[in-house]
Amino acid sequence: MALTPVENQTPGFTAATAAAAGAFFGLFVGTAQGSGLLGVLIGAALLGVIGFVFAGLTDKETPLRWLLVAVFAAAGFVLGGLVAAVIGALFGWFTGWFVFWIATSRYRAHLAPYLTPGQVLWHYTFRVICGVIFVFLITPILVVMPLSFNAQDFFTFTPEMLRFDPEGYSLKHYRDFFTNDDWQQALWNSVKIAPMATLLSVGFGTLAAIGLSQPHVPFRRAIMAILISPMIVPLIISAAGMYFFYSRIGLQGTYFGVVLAHAALGIPFVIITVTATLVGFDRSLTRAAANMGAGPVTTFFRVQMPLILPGVISGGLFAFITSFDEVVVVLFVGSAGQKTLPWQMFIGLREQISPTILAVATILVVISIALLTTVEMLRRRSERLRGMSPS
Amino acid sequence: MSDITQSGPVLAADGRPLKRSLARALRMQKIRALMLIAPLLLFVLLTFILPIADMLFRSVENRIVQDTLPQTVVAVQDWDADSGEAPPDAVYEALAYDLVVAAERKQHTRVGTRLNYETPGISSLFRKAGRRVDEVGEGYLKQFAALDPAWGEPQTFMSVFADPEWLASRAGAGDEPPFQLSETAHDALPKASGAYMNFARTIQEEDNDSPAEEEPWAPVYMALHSDLAANPQAAQAFSGDAQRLLQEAAALIESGQMETESARDAFVKMDKDWADPEVWRTLKTYAGKYTNGYFLNAADLQKSPDGPELRPEDERIYGTLFLRTLIMSLAITCSCIVLGYPVAWILANLPSRTANMLMILVLLPFWTSLLVRTSAWKVMLQQQGVINDTLVWLGLVSDSDRLVMINNQFGTIVAMTHILLPFMILPMYSVMQTINPTYLRAAKSLGATNWTAFWRVYFPQSVPGIGAGSILVFILAIGYYITPELVGGTKGVFISNRIAFHISQSLNWGLAAALGTILLVIVLALYWAYDKIVGIDNVKLG
Repeated sequence: MALTPVENQTPGFTAATAAAAGAFFGLFVGTAQGSGLLGVLIGAALLGVIGFVFAGLTDKETPLRWLLVAVFAAAGFVLGGLVAAVIGALFGWFTGWFVFWIATSRYRAHLAPYLTPGQVLWHYTFRVICGVIFVFLITPILVVMPLSFNAQDFFTFTPEMLRFDPEGYSLKHYRDFFTNDDWQQALWNSVKIAPMATLLSVGFGTLAAIGLSQPHVPFRRAIMAILISPMIVPLIISAAGMYFFYSRIGLQGTYFGVVLAHAALGIPFVIITVTATLVGFDRSLTRAAANMGAGPVTTFFRVQMPLILPGVISGGLFAFITSFDEVVVVLFVGSAGQKTLPWQMFIGLREQISPTILAVATILVVISIALLTTVEMLRRRSERLRGMSPS
Repeated sequence: MSDITQSGPVLAADGRPLKRSLARALRMQKIRALMLIAPLLLFVLLTFILPIADMLFRSVENRIVQDTLPQTVVAVQDWDADSGEAPPDAVYEALAYDLVVAAERKQHTRVGTRLNYETPGISSLFRKAGRRVDEVGEGYLKQFAALDPAWGEPQTFMSVFADPEWLASRAGAGDEPPFQLSETAHDALPKASGAYMNFARTIQEEDNDSPAEEEPWAPVYMALHSDLAANPQAAQAFSGDAQRLLQEAAALIESGQMETESARDAFVKMDKDWADPEVWRTLKTYAGKYTNGYFLNAADLQKSPDGPELRPEDERIYGTLFLRTLIMSLAITCSCIVLGYPVAWILANLPSRTANMLMILVLLPFWTSLLVRTSAWKVMLQQQGVINDTLVWLGLVSDSDRLVMINNQFGTIVAMTHILLPFMILPMYSVMQTINPTYLRAAKSLGATNWTAFWRVYFPQSVPGIGAGSILVFILAIGYYITPELVGGTKGVFISNRIAFHISQSLNWGLAAALGTILLVIVLALYWAYDKIVGIDNVKLG
């Protein structure tokens, strides 16, 4: 969709822009090699020339871009082996794309025609800023994954890993996770505690959410405030209170105590998601069911439940992840017999720092991706069922 | 119109007035809604609200001193703490009676620990005294036994102090019932019967022994001496052997031939600090059932003769810690606003397909385990970590002086900003989605510059999102424990870490509860503000 008719830029403009980009990259490569100034000059000159030449050859875009990829990859290989070749190829691809993007004014095509050049520049600067923030958001998670295959007990990339040497990679941290008794016990405990806590919070929470979304509920605001409070009160305070109180009544250090504590923490999530689903619920459906002779129980299970099920399940997933990921409360309310996976990770990070944590982290990331996908699909299904278009 | 007006109220189908029928239906509806909510409300009250209430109670509760040292607490009330002298002998005597019981029940160390929070050094004082308190009154024990060997027999004490009915009931089979004191002994020998009662009950409960088979502790003899000295005629109330023995002892005391021994000297011999009025002042100050001592402590204050006063400069830690927690939470909130605003803006203004794809990048960290993210930051920020390696490789930092980015405030702020950023982006995004983009275009077409259009038109409309996100992030940040603990080192820890320290390591639960209460009040105030601004019902997830 082109909003603005565009024409090709002059070689001078293309060359200048490309040279600026080249100077920027040259600065990094130059400082890495010892001289920043030289890097800036070489980078600017190199990309400036490419920009100038290619600006007149916009009709041969595809072959020229492949050529750039090949040349930069080859140059990288000669200079620094396989890794440098890959980086070179990526850089070549970017250069090709960037030069033609400028040269053919494609960057301008889908922007409103009345924008000034300054506004166009700001538009793209802003996107770059956002891109950097997205990188900030996602990098920590992406860095953990390759590091978990490290063959050494280091927390950083070894030279072997950077050379893509198979020697540098191994599954030994995963093997450790699956064979070490501490980790297996912790995993088992987590698997025992989280579903029970989820069941409790979903059971009570769904009932209460249905009650709360009735048209006339006395003290609705106060009740809501109490039910949401476990999410708002800092975990350390909940943990302290539960520790004091549960040790008074003998629940401290028991499986049951931890399950109760986690269920309480998961309840706000169930309440929030299920009430949100019920907001869009069409009450005439229950009236229609009653009209046709269905009792309240039948109406609930045959009409209401199937419609709010997506909300209930995603609330349950939130409750599950809350319990599965919780460490502060279990640290105080539980005893060594209830050591969960996050607890074991916490100990691992604080005391004997072992890279097995990274393997566990990777597994957990994979699990959370699976959960995220499920919740997203459920949300769309729920909106479709309620006749809203998925956004 | 006139043919539908009726005289009298409108009636429902069953003949009742419609108004009442409707009111009844409404009431039923309310009751049904409450019945559905009740189980959860009860559950949350039991598992969550009660524990919090218990914590609040613990922050002022101070029963341990009074429960463990009841007689001392009463006796010390008459002593003037400002006199600059140690209390009179009677107070030490009471301490001996209390402490011998407490030592047998192994509670003396707990009182010692409690008072040690206020005046360091008391703990060891109590520990030492607990080991040797049964020697207080040893001299009396020897002199009574020398007077008549019967004083060394448990049976003698039984005949003097025990309730005849109790004696009869213990003759039967089965467990011995709890020891009962005879009325006579209680009236005639008040101190000694109190001391003996404590002795009998304690050995029954702690050792499962019978007082009939155990020789009493030395302080019981001291109490007996003190009673007989005060009332030489006490023996008249008894009969038989008991009367004879008591008369002999009273005569000996009256004649002045029994060597007296001071409880105070006995304690001072154990440790000279027992003569220090400061120790007794602490005990007197913290004798009440409830105390504001923990709160004063949490606010870096201490009790003094003229009301609360600031602690010495080097002992003030909580003020600094609270201030640091607030400042760092503010810094985290601000960096979340700065980083979250552009992202929320671009998500709200991109076509929905692209926005959904990018939303995954926000939601994935949100769904990822907190510990995974914290460990990732630990991996990235450490001196041999990924960021330092990259900087060294790029030549921006030399290998010898790698940046210190972890175990300080910087590490905590970076890691927590990353962890809390989704909580800022999501509310901002949902507000920005509702802002109509045509307003911005209208402003520009009326001649506003980019900046004016944004600042005067768009920004004011997005303020509710910023407010909601900021309060949420601030609330979450102020109570964070895990991340500061793992990446904060010593300079980057929060008040939560101190609370955890007091619960699990220093075991000063009262202080932990007081610090927690202050933090809770701050958070609840913010929660209230959040409810006013956003409404709890409008919290959205994902």
